[in-house]
Amino acid sequence: MSAPPSTRGLRWFQALTGAEGLLPDAPRTVRVADARIGADLARCIAVVADLANRFPRARAGELGLDEAWTLAQQVRRTLAEPAAGPPRPLVAVVDVSSQAYGRREELLGIHLACAAAVDAYASARLAGHPLIALLVGKAMSGGLLAHGYQANRILALDAAAVQVHAMSQEAAARITHRTVEELGELGERIVPMAYDIRSFARLGLLWRLIEGVNAEAPGVADVERVRAALAEAIADARATPPDLRQRLQSAEARELRAASLSVRQRLAAQWDEG
Amino acid sequence: MIALPASFIELTARERARAIVDAGSFRELLGPFERLKSPWLPLQGVVAQADDGVVVARGRIAGHPAAVAAIEGAYQGGSIGEVSGAKIAAALELAVRDCERGAPVRMVLLLETGGVRLQEANLGLAAIAEIHAGIVALRRHVPVVGVVAGEVGCFGGMSLAAALCSRLIVTRQARLGMNGPEVIEQEAGIGELDASDAPLVWGLMGGAQRYATGLADVLVEDDAAQIAREVRTAFEHPPAGRTTEVERYRQRLAAIDPQHPPTAEGLRRLWSSEDLR
Repeated sequence: MSAPPSTRGLRWFQALTGAEGLLPDAPRTVRVADARIGADLARCIAVVADLANRFPRARAGELGLDEAWTLAQQVRRTLAEPAAGPPRPLVAVVDVSSQAYGRREELLGIHLACAAAVDAYASARLAGHPLIALLVGKAMSGGLLAHGYQANRILALDAAAVQVHAMSQEAAARITHRTVEELGELGERIVPMAYDIRSFARLGLLWRLIEGVNAEAPGVADVERVRAALAEAIADARATPPDLRQRLQSAEARELRAASLSVRQRLAAQWDEG
Repeated sequence: MIALPASFIELTARERARAIVDAGSFRELLGPFERLKSPWLPLQGVVAQADDGVVVARGRIAGHPAAVAAIEGAYQGGSIGEVSGAKIAAALELAVRDCERGAPVRMVLLLETGGVRLQEANLGLAAIAEIHAGIVALRRHVPVVGVVAGEVGCFGGMSLAAALCSRLIVTRQARLGMNGPEVIEQEAGIGELDASDAPLVWGLMGGAQRYATGLADVLVEDDAAQIAREVRTAFEHPPAGRTTEVERYRQRLAAIDPQHPPTAEGLRRLWSSEDLR
């Protein structure tokens, strides 16, 4: 079998919240607890691996049916809390190897489950909750779409194990009939094909790459550093409209997502007749 | 003489978009002459098509201002790259802007896609997240109607987009799922799923099954006129709201034993569409 599932997401969740985050009415794979970030009590949510997951195809840190519906439930619960002050921040701690691939998952509508998580996160963002994604490990495909990609600010640790992609390297190699090495070479030439977080940062999708942090075994100073970055991200998110436009505004985006910008400008010019 | 219904599935994306809007109202935006192509495919030796496989059009639906984004399944499997994804996301964003200005736009998504285009990987995934954001934002103002007709079906991150639509129209030929059968077979083994077993695959994720289990709202024949009619009608209905019915689905899921999952037929009894309506 493959390597044991990552525990990085859980470690960072524990480091930020000082808690295990187990819920009475939810699977062990979704952890929820609050973390003091600046003046805010931010609601942190992590999806973690559980080798005893009742769904066998979601035992290695994949985001499965139970995980996705629980994310939707927990985010909506936060959304429904009576507000004493400004809407509180949500922090998605991301370390997900993919969505769960399986026959049961398709039968039972994993696409709907993941869409429910997306809907909850996007609705929280639109309601004014600063939504921050903190990438500490793998941020793959449907796992990222359902847990993190609706964030109005995305932060990542600058570490080799932090990866973003539409498909795991092994699966992409099999499907495109390439070797993992060939895919690696391709990623060096074609930035959106790369897996590493520094390449991802070049696409302008990241609000900040947090450098010089021990991602594997964070010490007190590492955690404080990340906490400070989260506080800045929260303040920045509060200062702008609750959409995703920040992702297209950086110098990096203007270069490598020039086509995304050009489509928007030209479509806007033609949208209304005349 | 009885006129045979005109197939919708056999139409190109452009013809499908034209069939959806009121006669004479079709106006394509960013058409092929704009030559908005993928900047990434030529770097990998793939010929880039001049519209990147997505047709965006304005028009009217039942007399109301409308927009259609139609994915061409015949080009790169309807995959979402930077440009094709940005066309859909930008259309949604402009519709949101119009709604906020008090000028609602009826938005229709004709989904025929395998999901992210692997040659543009992270930019396809990013565009899909922006499409999701656009649907959720627009749905607060007006219904967003999705159609999955077939041949390709609707997979990957775009299956989430289908699920986010206020109403979803499918045919029997359609398939809707997060992971395509070939990917599941490859990743989980043929013991998990034999992708060549068509009855099994359609039993899991075919349009009729999705409709019968309440995961789609309307099941139509492959008939262009009927599909256009159902799209018009869909805007008059309350939204399905499945993605907000969290407790209902959590309870349904809790009642499932993963070691003894229901058959496709069994799930129809457990999650009958009548139960949801």
